[in-house]
Amino acid sequence: MPNLEHPAYPAADLLRLESLVPCRESQVSMLLSIFGERQHFSFPSIFIYGHTSSGKTYVMQTLLTTLQLPHVFVNCVEYFTSRLLLEEILIQLQSSSSDTEQTCPVHCDSLNDFVRLFKQAVARRELQDETLYIVLDRAEQLREMEANILPAFLRLQELTDRNVTVVLLSEIVWELFCPNVGCLEPFTMYFPDYSIGHLQKILSQNHPPEYSADFYSAYINILLGVFYMVCRDLKELRHLAALNFAKYCEPVVRGEANERDTRKLWKNIEPHLKAAMQTVYLREISSSQWERLQHDGGEPGQLKGLSAHTHVELPYYSKFLLIAAYLASYNPVRTDKRFFLKHHGKIRKTNFMKKHEKTSNHLLGPKPFPLDRLLAILYSIVDNRVAPTANIFSQITSLVTLQLLSMVGQQDQLDGPRYKCTVSLDFIRAIAR
Amino acid sequence: HRHLLELLKRTTVHGESNSALIIGPRGSGKTALLNHVLKDLREMKQVTENLLEVHLNGKLNIIDPTNDKVALKEITRQLQLENVVGDKVFGSFAENLAFLLEALRRGNRTSSCPILFVLDEFDLFVHHKNQTLLYNLFDISQSAQTPVTVIGLTCRQDVLELLEKRVKSRFSHRQIYLMNSFDFKQYIKIFKKQLSLPAEFPDETFAQKWNNNVQHLSEDKTVQDVLQNLFHHTKDLRSLHLLLMLAVSAVTVHHPLLTAADLQEASRQHRTDSKANIVHGLSVLEICLLIAMKHLNDVYDGEPFNFEMVYNEFQKFLQRKAHSIYDFEKPVVMKAFEHLLQLELVKPLERPSARAQREYLLMKLLLDSSQIMDALQVYPNCPTDVKQWAASSLSWL
Repeated sequence: MPNLEHPAYPAADLLRLESLVPCRESQVSMLLSIFGERQHFSFPSIFIYGHTSSGKTYVMQTLLTTLQLPHVFVNCVEYFTSRLLLEEILIQLQSSSSDTEQTCPVHCDSLNDFVRLFKQAVARRELQDETLYIVLDRAEQLREMEANILPAFLRLQELTDRNVTVVLLSEIVWELFCPNVGCLEPFTMYFPDYSIGHLQKILSQNHPPEYSADFYSAYINILLGVFYMVCRDLKELRHLAALNFAKYCEPVVRGEANERDTRKLWKNIEPHLKAAMQTVYLREISSSQWERLQHDGGEPGQLKGLSAHTHVELPYYSKFLLIAAYLASYNPVRTDKRFFLKHHGKIRKTNFMKKHEKTSNHLLGPKPFPLDRLLAILYSIVDNRVAPTANIFSQITSLVTLQLLSMVGQQDQLDGPRYKCTVSLDFIRAIAR
Repeated sequence: HRHLLELLKRTTVHGESNSALIIGPRGSGKTALLNHVLKDLREMKQVTENLLEVHLNGKLNIIDPTNDKVALKEITRQLQLENVVGDKVFGSFAENLAFLLEALRRGNRTSSCPILFVLDEFDLFVHHKNQTLLYNLFDISQSAQTPVTVIGLTCRQDVLELLEKRVKSRFSHRQIYLMNSFDFKQYIKIFKKQLSLPAEFPDETFAQKWNNNVQHLSEDKTVQDVLQNLFHHTKDLRSLHLLLMLAVSAVTVHHPLLTAADLQEASRQHRTDSKANIVHGLSVLEICLLIAMKHLNDVYDGEPFNFEMVYNEFQKFLQRKAHSIYDFEKPVVMKAFEHLLQLELVKPLERPSARAQREYLLMKLLLDSSQIMDALQVYPNCPTDVKQWAASSLSWL
C-alpha cells in the first residue's frame, strides 16, 4: 500500500517514487503536501538542509523527474558567478521547452535582464500556470557571489509575478546565510540523517546477485560496526562496502568456509577493515591500488599511504638541518645554552616561565628562528666539523622549496632570513632512523 | 493610506511634483500599501490615461554600482522610449534624463504627462557612485518642468543619513512610517480573517463549515498559545503566513478541516533549532571532538584553540576513561575535524594561508555549551562514558 497519496498525481507514479527513495517517505510526503497541485502557488522559497549525502539532491531530482514537474536544476559550485548562474537557468528553460529549435546564446548581464528574459521564457513554455521549480544545489556558494543575489532569489516569486518556487539545498544552517538587512525568510526543512537501521537497509539494497541477501547484510553489519563511529556518510560507506566485499567473500570462494561461518569471515576481514580505515578512508591510496593489493594478498601492515615518511629521501646534511630546524622551532631560546654547550649553567625558573608552562610549545605550533641559530645548533649536533659552504646554504633553500621549512617575513630583512619548521615529530623520528 | 493617495492625486491631477519615502521594517506592508494606493488611483477617472509609471528595484539594479546605466536603460525601457533614444550618446546622466522627459512632452502635445517613479529597496540606490540617479530624480521633482513624483520604499530607518547633502536638500523630507503596532487581540482577529474563506467560494456548505471551524479554533487555548509564542517572537505578518500555509498544506481529502494539532505541528516544525539538528547527525568521533572543544572553552575562557589542542584533550579522555571508543589514528581524527569545519560548526579566525600548517590554525567554536549538552540528550546510541565526560567538570583532571 503506498504511503504517499496525493490526489493530483497518479498513483502509479507515486508508487514508483516510493520505491526509489527508501527511508525518506516522510520528507517526500511533506514536500508533496507543500507543492500541492500543479497550478497552486507554493512558498516563494524553500530551504532544505541536512548532512552530506543525506539524500537532498537525490530526492529532489527523483521527485521532480518522476512526477514530471517543470523544473530547472543548477549546481552553484559549477556556475560560480552570478552571470554564469543566471544564464544557465535561462538556457535550461529554453532547451526544455523545444527540443527541435536550436538554443540561441543568451546574454544576461544583470538581474534586471534576468527578470525580463525569465518572464519571456516562461511565457514561451506555455506552462499554463503550473509551478516552475528552480533548484539551486550547494546554495552556500550564493553567499560568496554578489551581495544581492540571494535576497533576489528568495523573492523571485514577487519580483517576476509568476508561479515560481526557488528551492535551495545546502549543508549549512539558515542562520549563517541570512544577510544583515533581512530578507524574505524561506520555509526551512530538515532532512534528518539516516539512523543505523536506515543505513543498513539502504546499503543492503546493493547486493550483488551471486550471493544471498542475508550474507550481504551480515557483511554490512560488520562494516558498520567498524566504521559507524567515525563516519556516517552514505557515499563513503557505500564506496568502502564495494571495495572490501571481494576480500570478504574470499574464504567462501576458496572453500574454507561457507556462508554462515561468521566467525571465520570476521577474523579474515577484520585486519583488512582496520587497514582500510587508515588508507582508503583517508584517501591516501587510490581504490585501484587497494584492489591490487588485496588481489596480490599482501600483508595489511605493509600498506603505505601518501603521507608515509619513507617516500622522502634526503641527503645527509639536509637531514641534520631539518632536525636542527625542528629543535630550533620548538625549544625556547633559553634552553639552547643548556642542551647544546658542553658546560651548562643552572637555569633559574623565572615567574614568566611558570605562567606559561601549561601551554606547551608542541600545541601552539612552531616558532620562527633566525638563520644563525639554525647554524649554531647544526654545528653542535653534527659530530665532525662542518664548514659553512655554499652547499649547506643551498640545501637550506631546497628545504624551503620542498616546503619542509618555510620562510617567515620578507625576502630582504636586515637581520637575515628567519625560518620556521613545518614538519611534525613523527616525520623527524622517521628521518632520524 | 490617505496621505499617499492625496499626494499622488495632487501630482497627477494638479501637476505638482513631489517626493516621499515610505519606511518600515520588513514585512510591514509597504509594497502592499503602495499597490493598493496605485489601484485606487487608477480607478479614479481623471487619471486613467495620463499616469506613466516607472518601477525600479534596488536589488535588480545593483550589478554595477559604479554607474547608473542599468537603471537608465530600465527607465528608458519602461517608458517605452527605446526607439526615440536610438543610438544617441549622452554626455552625462542628467542630459539623458532631460532628453527622455522632453521626448515625453513632445509626444503628448497638450501638456506633459505626470510620471511616477517608484524606487523599491531605496537604500540600495544610495550606494551608487555620487548618487546620480537619486540626485537627478529629486532635482527634476523640484524644478517645475514635468510633474514627477518619486516614492521610495525602504526598511532602513536611518536612510536619510545615507543621502548626500545635495540630494537631501532636494528631497522634500516627507516620510511615512509604517509599524506593526497591533496587539495580541488584533493579531488573533487577523488570524481569523486570513483563514476564513471568502464569500465567493463556490462550495457554500463547505465554506460555512470551514469558517465555523476557524471561529472554533481561534477560541481554543492551545491555538492561542501557539499564536502567542509566534507573536512574542515577531509581529511580522509574513511569519504568520508561513505558519498558516504550513498548517493548511496538511489539509487533504481525508482530513478536510484544520485542527489544533495541525497548528501545533506546524509551529513545532517552524521553531526547531537547526544547529541541534545538525549535531544530531554527527558521528560519535565528531561528538567527542565537540566535547573536547567545549572543555577547552571552559578552561581557557573562550580563547581560540587549534586542532593539536583538541587532539590532546581527546587523548587525555581516552587514556583515563574511555572503554567504548577505539583509539583512532591522528589522520582519521583530522578528517572528522575537517568535516566539522565544512559544516561550519567551527570557524577559523583568519583565512588559511599556504604557509601555515592546518593543524595549528586557530579556530573558534560556533556552538554554545548548553546547545551541545541539549543535543547530547537526544543523540541516539551515545556511549555512556562520552556522556559522562561531557557533563564532568575539571574535577577529574
